[in-house]
Amino acid sequence: MRTKNPATLSIVAACCLAGALISGTVYAAKTDLVLGMQLEPPNLDPTAGAAAAIDEVVYANIFEGLTRFGSDGSVQPALAKSWTISDDGLVYTFTLNTGVKFHDGSNFDAQDAKFSLDRARSDTSTNAQKQLFTGISSVEVTDPETLVITLNKPNGALLFNLAWGDAIVVSPDSFDKAKTAPVGTGPFVFSRWVQGDRIEITKNPDYWGKPAKLEKATFKFISEPTAAFAALMAGDVDAFPVYPAPENLMQFEADPRFNVVVGSTEGETILSTNNKQPPFDNKLVRQALAHAIDRKSIIDGAMFGFGTPIGTHFAPHNPAYVDLLDNSAYDPEKAKALLKEAGMEDGFTTTLKLPPPSYARRGGEIIAAQLREVGIQTEISNLEWAQWLEQVFRGKDYGLTIVSHTEPMDIGIYANPEYYFQYDNPDFQQLMTDLEEVADPDKRTEMLQSGQRMISEDYVNGYLFQLAKTGVANSDIVGLWENSPTQANDLTAVHWK
Amino acid sequence: MVRYAFKRLISLALTLLVASVVIFVAIEVVPGDPASYMLGLNAEPATVNALREELGLNVSKPARYLNWVGGMLRGDFGTSYTYRTPVADMIADRMVISLPLALYALVLSTLIAFPAGILAATRRGSFADVSIMGVTQLGVAIPNFWFAMLLVLFFAIKLQWFSAGGFPGWEDGVFTGLKALTLPAIALALPQASILARVMRSSLLDTLDEDFIRTARAKGLTANQSLWRHALRNALIPVLTIIGLQFSFLLAGAIIIENVFFLPGLGRLIFQSISQRDLIVVESVVMLLVFAVVVVTFIVDMAYAYADPRLRARYAA
Repeated sequence: MRTKNPATLSIVAACCLAGALISGTVYAAKTDLVLGMQLEPPNLDPTAGAAAAIDEVVYANIFEGLTRFGSDGSVQPALAKSWTISDDGLVYTFTLNTGVKFHDGSNFDAQDAKFSLDRARSDTSTNAQKQLFTGISSVEVTDPETLVITLNKPNGALLFNLAWGDAIVVSPDSFDKAKTAPVGTGPFVFSRWVQGDRIEITKNPDYWGKPAKLEKATFKFISEPTAAFAALMAGDVDAFPVYPAPENLMQFEADPRFNVVVGSTEGETILSTNNKQPPFDNKLVRQALAHAIDRKSIIDGAMFGFGTPIGTHFAPHNPAYVDLLDNSAYDPEKAKALLKEAGMEDGFTTTLKLPPPSYARRGGEIIAAQLREVGIQTEISNLEWAQWLEQVFRGKDYGLTIVSHTEPMDIGIYANPEYYFQYDNPDFQQLMTDLEEVADPDKRTEMLQSGQRMISEDYVNGYLFQLAKTGVANSDIVGLWENSPTQANDLTAVHWK
Repeated sequence: MVRYAFKRLISLALTLLVASVVIFVAIEVVPGDPASYMLGLNAEPATVNALREELGLNVSKPARYLNWVGGMLRGDFGTSYTYRTPVADMIADRMVISLPLALYALVLSTLIAFPAGILAATRRGSFADVSIMGVTQLGVAIPNFWFAMLLVLFFAIKLQWFSAGGFPGWEDGVFTGLKALTLPAIALALPQASILARVMRSSLLDTLDEDFIRTARAKGLTANQSLWRHALRNALIPVLTIIGLQFSFLLAGAIIIENVFFLPGLGRLIFQSISQRDLIVVESVVMLLVFAVVVVTFIVDMAYAYADPRLRARYAA
């Protein structure tokens, strides 16, 4: 643009003027951190909403529960420092930490824990994971440091369930403010929320446990992948723990200023199949579907190579995982033969309804092409989340869809015949009922493994891959979670080199 | 004049009423339940119902429409389903970004367009005219978000003069705020300036061909004198109309630019609310924008009537 155009000239002049007034970089030991997130939480109360973004801000930072997840997914003590379980597995006695204060200065004791659990399991509860608390018959306070939870029947997953963000402890005095100004017991205190832009938290000077190393952390919300790229490159954001554009990761990897962290998540990405809608009520057709899918080209094409193939609905990093990939190895000829056996050698047409994430939209196109190879035609429709929930999840009006199930240890959804893929197998349901009453780890593993086999051999859904957590962070940051055992950005141990 | 104003006011009220019905119906027809969106995949039906009850979604649709319109008449825009904060506060929060951004872009676009348009018109056919027309053609054709990305690449990533986006808030000072809005304002202003410059040029050319300009020249004014004293004022009318339209566009239409620069403005609020099925927010914000446009149109109509005696005469009793 080498013209004497006044327009160009005035822009350049304006930019120079503004640029000249910008202050230089400040060099000092950094104790603050700006973290990028793609989605803004709708509110900050993890006990009243399913949005992962809520936990990504508050979990372990602002709010704590009786137990918590460690970065490896293990269940660790939090507000409860220890517990004993009665021999029949029905009574859990928790000994709570003392000297714990809520951010408003009030003391935490067993009454607060009881209030929180009772609120979550009450009839008017709006807890998105209310099923975590089923089976609890009573919660009693014996003294300020002791909480007793009694169950209807043994539940081996109770400690695990209590570690969820949905089970955090709130105070009866401040729980109603949690949506906009959360008051918890954690190492960080909520300080400010500029809606649409950012949330700021600061170090809690009175924290009962090991204090945080950062003085201040800011969560900045950037939904556009290109804008996320620009914000990292320009240094506006120090880390993007779940970076939205895998196509840029190579560029960050080559840049010494950044670390690319590839970890695992609890997200089983599956080609969900409507098991009650013909022809998918025929197991042969579902099996044909499974053999028609080439996982590798989906992972390469849609996820730029990030993701671990799975053969069942279970996270590969879990010790109880069984590799069942061979059950559904890519074999289009076998798929065609199976379709023929099912009397569908001419193929058929079905719907493929895709929610917004790129794994679904990009993966959907690839899967549609692969299915076409074996004679299955798909009508793709792209849905927004709200539409997807309405049509697919609640209405069950779909043939196929792609979605990542991000809740940890959620194989239990296969025991619910009303769940949107409508898998109704009494054996599996019995197995899950039995599992609830088993606390012995070895026995549990064995049962979980036979459950994985069952759904894999029934070809309930097309099992695609475990969603990877691809994050980008400034290479001087230490202590961010690599994996994502629950959707959280635990900043307790994060600091600058 | 009074009768004219009265007639316009009645049509204004009718427009708003029709708009409120259309907005409500259009948004309620869209499938998707805000409560199930908020509670996600594992929620039990009873929990979803409890939340619907809490949000007041279990009331019949006509009753909800009346509640909504009645509330707005009292100045109450309702409470957001997802954020659980008053919609009026949310709009106010976003306005402190969207309004200054729209004004900033408008000022920039006017500052660019006026000199460019006048220069092109007065030197018709010259090199300056041809290049201004060429550049503005490009300005109209280039999508503003693409231009915005170029600005980010150059000024934020390469030179690091500006941050790549975001808004620090006005608390940190007017300069900091304006600085954060500079790149977005430039990106918004350029296409608008291109359009405006072209309108300015053609309007001015039309006026320069008018008889009264020839008369002005004949009575001895120079080309410049006749331009500044007579032509410009008359040529401004269509230009001002375009500026009015551009302002309402900039207020809500900056959504793509807001996304590129992750600015928490009004456009992004609508976008976010639609995907979260935060219906009350969408309805109220859209209604507010309709109101703004209708009021601006009313003011422009009044200004026409004031400026143009023929319009007044038509409605004289």
